[in-house]
Order: sequence, then C-alpha cells, then structure tokens
Amino acid sequence: MSTRIGIVTFPGSLDDADAARAVRIAGGEPVALWHGDEDLKKVQAVVLPGGFSYGDYLRCGAIARFAPVMTKVIEAANAGMPVLGICNGFQILCETHLLPGALTRNDHLHFICRDQKLRIENTSSDWTRDFAPGQEIVIPLKNGEGGYVADEATLDRLEGEGRVIARYLEVNPNGSRRDIAGVCNERGNVVGLMPHPEHAVEDLTGPSTDGIFFFASALTSVLAGSHR
Amino acid sequence: MIDTVDRAGDTPEVEQPYADLGLKPDEYERIRDILGRRPTSSELAMYSVMWSEHCSYKSSKVHLRQFGEKKPETDALLVGIGENAGVVDIGDGWAVTFKVESHNHPSYVEPYQGAATGVGGIVRDILSMGARPMAVMDPLRFGPADAPDTARVLPGVVAGIGGYGNCLGLPNIGGEVVFDDSYLGNPLVNALCVGAMRHEDIHLASAKGVGNLVVLYGARTGGDGIGGVSVLASETFDDEGPAKRPSVQVGDPFMEKLLIEATLEVLKSGLVEGIQDLGGAGISCATSELASNGEGGMHVWLDRVLLRDPTLSPEEILMSESQERMCAIVTPANIDAFLEHCRKWDVEAVVIGEVNDSGRLTIDWHDERIVDVPPRTVAHEGPVYERPFHRPQWQDTLQADTSDRLERPGADGLRDTLLELVAAPNLAGKSWITDQYDRYVLGNTVLAQPEDSGMVRIDEVTGRGVAISTDCNGRFAKLDPYTGAKLALAESYRNVCATGAVPLAVTNCLNFGSPEDPEVMWQFAEATRGLADGCAELGTPVTGGNVSFYNQTGETAILPTPVVGVLGVIDDVGRRTPMQWGPDGELIYLLGDTRDEFGGSEWAHLRGHLGGLPPQVDLQRERILGEILVAGSRDGMLTAAHDVSDGGFAMTIVEMALRAGIGARLWLPDGIDPFVQLFSESAGRAVVVVPRSEELRFSEMCGARGVPAHRIGVVDSELGPDAGYTEGTQVLQFGDYFTVTLDELRAAHERPLPALFA
Repeated sequence: MSTRIGIVTFPGSLDDADAARAVRIAGGEPVALWHGDEDLKKVQAVVLPGGFSYGDYLRCGAIARFAPVMTKVIEAANAGMPVLGICNGFQILCETHLLPGALTRNDHLHFICRDQKLRIENTSSDWTRDFAPGQEIVIPLKNGEGGYVADEATLDRLEGEGRVIARYLEVNPNGSRRDIAGVCNERGNVVGLMPHPEHAVEDLTGPSTDGIFFFASALTSVLAGSHR
Repeated sequence: MIDTVDRAGDTPEVEQPYADLGLKPDEYERIRDILGRRPTSSELAMYSVMWSEHCSYKSSKVHLRQFGEKKPETDALLVGIGENAGVVDIGDGWAVTFKVESHNHPSYVEPYQGAATGVGGIVRDILSMGARPMAVMDPLRFGPADAPDTARVLPGVVAGIGGYGNCLGLPNIGGEVVFDDSYLGNPLVNALCVGAMRHEDIHLASAKGVGNLVVLYGARTGGDGIGGVSVLASETFDDEGPAKRPSVQVGDPFMEKLLIEATLEVLKSGLVEGIQDLGGAGISCATSELASNGEGGMHVWLDRVLLRDPTLSPEEILMSESQERMCAIVTPANIDAFLEHCRKWDVEAVVIGEVNDSGRLTIDWHDERIVDVPPRTVAHEGPVYERPFHRPQWQDTLQADTSDRLERPGADGLRDTLLELVAAPNLAGKSWITDQYDRYVLGNTVLAQPEDSGMVRIDEVTGRGVAISTDCNGRFAKLDPYTGAKLALAESYRNVCATGAVPLAVTNCLNFGSPEDPEVMWQFAEATRGLADGCAELGTPVTGGNVSFYNQTGETAILPTPVVGVLGVIDDVGRRTPMQWGPDGELIYLLGDTRDEFGGSEWAHLRGHLGGLPPQVDLQRERILGEILVAGSRDGMLTAAHDVSDGGFAMTIVEMALRAGIGARLWLPDGIDPFVQLFSESAGRAVVVVPRSEELRFSEMCGARGVPAHRIGVVDSELGPDAGYTEGTQVLQFGDYFTVTLDELRAAHERPLPALFA
C-alpha cells in the first residue's frame, strides 16, 4: 500500500492540486483533507500547500491556523508526523508556532515569480533526506510575503542546530534573513519552505524535476518509520 | 417615494434625467413607445445601462456582423458569437472557451482596481460557459515609458493584474506591453481568459423552465460601480446616503476563487439549468439576458438581494457592478443541494426570482412593482446605429510621408542600431512586469512569456493543450486600418504556429476612439472589415470579443488598436517548439521574404516617425508558413522557432540567443542592404532552428511549398575567442559587420523597465 500523504485545502488554497500531482509522481497516494474536517483520514504525512488561505486577510496564515483540521495537524506534527508547509503553508506553520520566525512582505514590495536556485543545507529532515548534502537545485519561487525573519538569537540557534534546510543562491528574492528559504523544527519532521517544489516535478512544466526529492524524502521517512 | 409602474402610468409628465444617464432623446422616446408610458426610474436605469455603448454594441453591431457573415466553414465552433464567450472543439471531447475584454477607463482612474476587476470580469465570463478557467493573459498599452503618468498607471495596473490573478490561482501566460504617446491619457488594459471543459459541460445563459428559481450568489451587492445611476437616484430620492459613490469597482479575488470552486461544483453536479455572470450592468444585465434567452418571462423580488449597504435604492441595486457575483437558474428540486454547495464554500446565495412564461421581466421592491418590461427590448433589441464614417483627409498625407526620409545607419552604425532597439521600451525585456505574475500555478503551463504564445496543457493523460497569442501593432493600423488588422491577425496566427499548435479560432478586443467621430468610425469599419476578411482567408472564425470605444484624450484618439487573440490546439504539448535554441551546430533558417518595409516599424518609431504604409500582408503565405511550422514540430524537424515582427530579424535572433544563453554565427545574404535584412518588419517570416540531421527533409518541405528558406546561421557557443573575446563568452556575429556579446545585449535588454519602474 502506498504512503498516504494528506494535502489540506483551505478556502483560497491554490497549489493543492499541484501538491497532489507531486505526491503522485513521487510514488505516494495523495489524500484530500478539508479545512473544516477534524479527521486526518489515516494519512502518514501532511502538506499545507501554497495559496492565499482565507484571502490572506488579517495576516498570511493567521486565520488558517485556527481551521479545525489544523488542531489535528498540530497534534500529529508534535507526535512526529512529517508536515511540509509550502509558501502559504510555511506562513501557517509559523503562525502555529510549529516553526519559529515569520514571513514578511518582500523587501522590494512586489510579488515575485522566478526560477530560484537553492542549496540544500540539511539532509536529515523528513522532507530533505533524499538530497545529497549541499545539493544545488532550481525550483520556482512565487510570493509577495516571503521574507523570512526571526530575532538574531533564533537565527543563530537555527544555524547552530542545522535547522536551515535550504538557502537562496545568487539572488535573495525577498529579503530573507541570512538567505533562508526554509527551516525545520528540532525533530526535523516539520519543514517550512518558501519556494515551490510541487511546481518542479515535470520537465514539461517546471524549470527542473528537483522538487520531487522533497516528496520522495517524505515517503522514505514514512517507510523508515521515522515519524517517531 | 418609490417610483412604481402604477405611478409612472399616472404621471406621464414627470421629467426624467435620461440625458444624464447617457440616453439620447430619441432613445428615451423609444423606451416610452415600448412601454406605452414613461419608464419608472428603475426601468430607466436598466435601459440606460443596457443600451449603453458598452453593453449594446449599438455603434459597432452593423460592422461586427461581418464576423458572422464571412465566417469560414469550420467544425470547430460549438458555441458562436453572442454568448458570454465562444466555445471551440479541440478534440477528444474537450472544448475550450476564450475571450478578451477591455477595462481601459477604470484602469486609468484607479489602476490597481481597474486592472484587477478586469481580470475578475473575464474569468467569470469563462466560468459562466461551464469551463474551468485555465490561464489569463494581458495585452497592455501605456503612454511613453518615461512619462510621469505612466509611472503612476503601469505599476498599479501590473500590481492589480498580479494581485487579483495570483490570488485567484490562474497562471498568467503572456500578453503584450506597448508604449505610445497616444495612450498617455487613455491606457489600454485588456484581459484574456481561457477555460476548458468537456463537451457535455457547456452551459448557456438562459432562463428555461417555468417555475425554476433565479439564484444570486457570491459577494453581496454594494454601491460600487454605479456611475451615472447615482444621478438618477438623487433625482428620485431625498437620499441621505453617501452622495458620491466610486464608479470603479473594487475586487475581492478571494471571493472570486470561492465563486469559481462553488460554481464548478454545482455545474458538475448537474444542478444548474442556466448561468450568467454579473459584470457590466449587474443585475439588470443578468436578469434581462437570462429571461430574454429563455422562456421570456421572469419575476424578481429585488428586496431579497443581499446588500453590503442597506441604504441602497432599488435603482442602485439594479445597476450596481459589485464584483464576484453570479446568477444561476436552478430547479426547485435542486435548490437545496445548490445552496449546500454554496455553504460549503462560504458563498452566500439567495433566491431572488422565478422563471415564468409571462413574456415580461417584472421586478418588485417590497411588494410594489417597479419594473415591467419585455426583456428582449432591454437585452437584445437596443438601438443600432449606422454611424457615419469617412476616410480621414490626413490619411493620404500620412501614407505619403514614408520612412524613406529618415537617415539610415551605414554598415558601421548597425551595431548601435541593434543595441538601441534591444533597449527600446517596446522591445526591452518585460520580465520586471511578468515576474509579478504567477505563471506556475495549476502546474499546466508549458510555455509563458516571453515565448511566442502561452501554452497550457488541458489533458494530463494525453497531453492535449492549447496555445494562445495576442497581438496588435497600432501604428500599422493607423497607417492602414484594414491592413493593420490583418497584420495583427497574421502575427498572432504565426505566433501560435511557431509553438507547433494549429490555429482554430479568433477573439478580439477592438480598442478605438469615439464612434461619433466619422474618422475614428472609418478606422473601426476598416479594421473590422480587415479582420473579418482575414479570418475568412485563414479559416479561423471569430468566436467573440469586445469593443471599447471612446478611448481618447480630448479630440485625440488612441492609435486604432484591434488586439487579436488566436487560439490553437496541440495534440501533445510535449512536442511544442520553444524559442530557445540549442546545441552547437544546429542550423538557423529565416523563412519568408524580407522587403524594405519600415512604415510603422519600431526603428521609425524610435525616430519619432509614423508614416508611409505598413508591411504587405499575404495571408495565403502566412497560412503556408504556419503549416510548415506545425509540420516541423509534428515531425520533429525543429529545435526552436520564433516569429519575426517588431524590431525585425535581428531582434528575433537576439531574443532566441538570450533565451538560450548561447551565441550564434549569422551570415547575411548578398544582394540585400544589411540594414533592411536586420531591421525590416516584413510580415510572413519566422526564424527556425533545425538539427543537421533534419536539414534535407526540412528544406525539401519548404521548397515543395514554395516558402523561401534562407540558411542564415549556425548555433555556436565557442565563437568567443575567434571573435576576439575570452573563452566562454557568448557572442552573436552578424556576418562581417559586427559582433556583440550576449552579456552586453542582456544588460541593454533587461535594464530599461526596472530602471523606469522598480
């Protein structure tokens, strides 16, 4: 039986179908989760996709954080289930405090969509273990509020604990501190990533197929029973 | 006091502000004739917006008829002109619908919201045909790039398109950005949307089935976008409400996203008998069109409409252009299920009326009858004008003033000319703009700007997809509107073929000055005639479109700008031809004939000159060129292709080289002035890149079809040292005339827009 990976649809989620496609291409079974549900349908990992949940009103991710399904996602994450938040999903994870820091308006004040070069800095998280250490990849980035910020002590701690999972190379597209593109929690099962690996799973439609490794990593993690 | 039907019958002498609402005296008299009494204020409001130029096409109708009359034989058209958008059969049971509309005036007044709601409106048009919206494109025209007001309008428009489209989750796959003096006080913001559906899912705007319910759902109705109707309201009431309401609508893309998902669910569940979006003229338009297309009768309880502002008068509710609303016809048996889907998506819905066979559209406001009209007279039988038109006296002078009087560069000036063109705002890289749009969402974007066409995959299993391009050179249209319209069609058609797709159908957005100016009307008449003739020649029917008049500042009209969108089908997007060439040794061919044609060219434009004649257009040749480009893609003969248009052959080569990041060696043929070879804008040309193994087959195909194929260069990444540059430097070498590095070209090409607007 293939690994069930849940993809949450909030009102305003946009990349949920893309995330499902990516899970499928990586060899998993995508399972649709609805924001109003309080049931994770026996999934073994969860993706919070990109988009504008609840219109991004109030503050990105601030309302989604209180969706009924999130109670269950937070419980599961705390129990070790792999959870990936992409873009808006990353913002939601920061709002839930599963991840430290926050995402702020891009320093140049414009929405930006570009093919972004990254270096994978951590290959022990549940979502990056299939990468080679230091591997450089290109995947799409598209955000208006993607500047990662945290206080210096938090940033130092993230660096010291190897919890920066990916860094922007060549161009820092949004003013993120220390070029941080993604971080993980202490256990390494919860990952937030501003760029979009689900848009880099087919040669035809993406700048590369590098994105598959994130989803394949989760499958590896689930099989290894690493969701402790 | 409410102006009821009874009161209108009793008070025929009441003076009504029809002129302030834009109605002419004879139009007002006609309304009185139709009704046999004076209209109520609500009826007057409905007629005034529905008989407006925007809604009724009263000045353009007599000319637009040609699109039907000259329509080529085609099996591809499932739904033709007249519905919200035409529907085209693309095979395998798939249908696509596409349309382009203008939102020019609102975007000048309030760039962000004007452009944003332009996207929202066209997306609802596509949705109302039953299709899932798949992608958007935006043809844009602004004043001079360095004009202060362009710095106000452009960033707002771009942010509005991005802000709305990105939040809606539709990839933006292309469009145009053109700068010209004539658009300074009247920018053009056109928006195109394409959607896909299975054949059986096509829906139409008609209210069929006596007893069926009329459901209004989506955003609440507010006081935005009312425009002239506030005049009427204040004439009628001692209104304590806000005196001046904004006439530009404000968009909420989040609501639109919910509306899309809820609508697709109710359509898929078979809960909808007829559907209509609410755009211009709001509830007036939706109810009268649905009734007119259906059984012919409908009753509406207007006080049931959910309001954002409880002080709105019935006239204002009828006219409001609040965004993100739809109207559906639902059977009583299905209504609960319909409302349940709306609840799931947090979309408010309310039954506002019922279909009947009375032949009348009746509207009540708290049990008082305020409207009682034959719906066809509102929606479809508005005034039609044969506006006078004549060829401007200055047209001959303009055409006689050819670009021959401009000083042309000698051999030593060619390099500088190229660098000048590469950095000209009209030709410079547009990524500062398009990078503000999400082109990846939905995961089906195969090609996007700066490719010749946007291309999206429709069917993930088979790879079937569509390509779309929009084009227009308004300078060509000014020099000769008939030929200019054909050239716009030719370029768009060529751009679709260049990606390997087969053109199927055409949409248009006809942007012109005032139809009351006979010279503008002549431009319009000529352009529509040219487009209709061109579509007949190319075998691509017009499926729908939009007319935008009154685009002028004072007495000065914009360049006539008939934007043409061509849609093509490709059976497998995996074989699309990109513009990126590549590896070393592949051969570069220029297809088509190059003539000395600089009238309306970008080179002349940079010298402040507009005169002479536009390039010749030969659509039979375009058609054959298109066949070669498609066959080359289908049979795997082409690595890359790119059309030749603005800036000429040299610009095409630069764009291909920059896209690939690989240089090339070009040899310019003898017997033609290198300036003409490099920069002329002759139509009917494309550059293709052919692997050596396919060269014989390809050149034989071109020979057999009589299309000149000039072997004009070779891809070469190792040219640097030979040309005097360091190893690894990517260089374009134009014969013995000059060399230029891609670094220098890229810097010149990419710098202008960020420098102006970032």
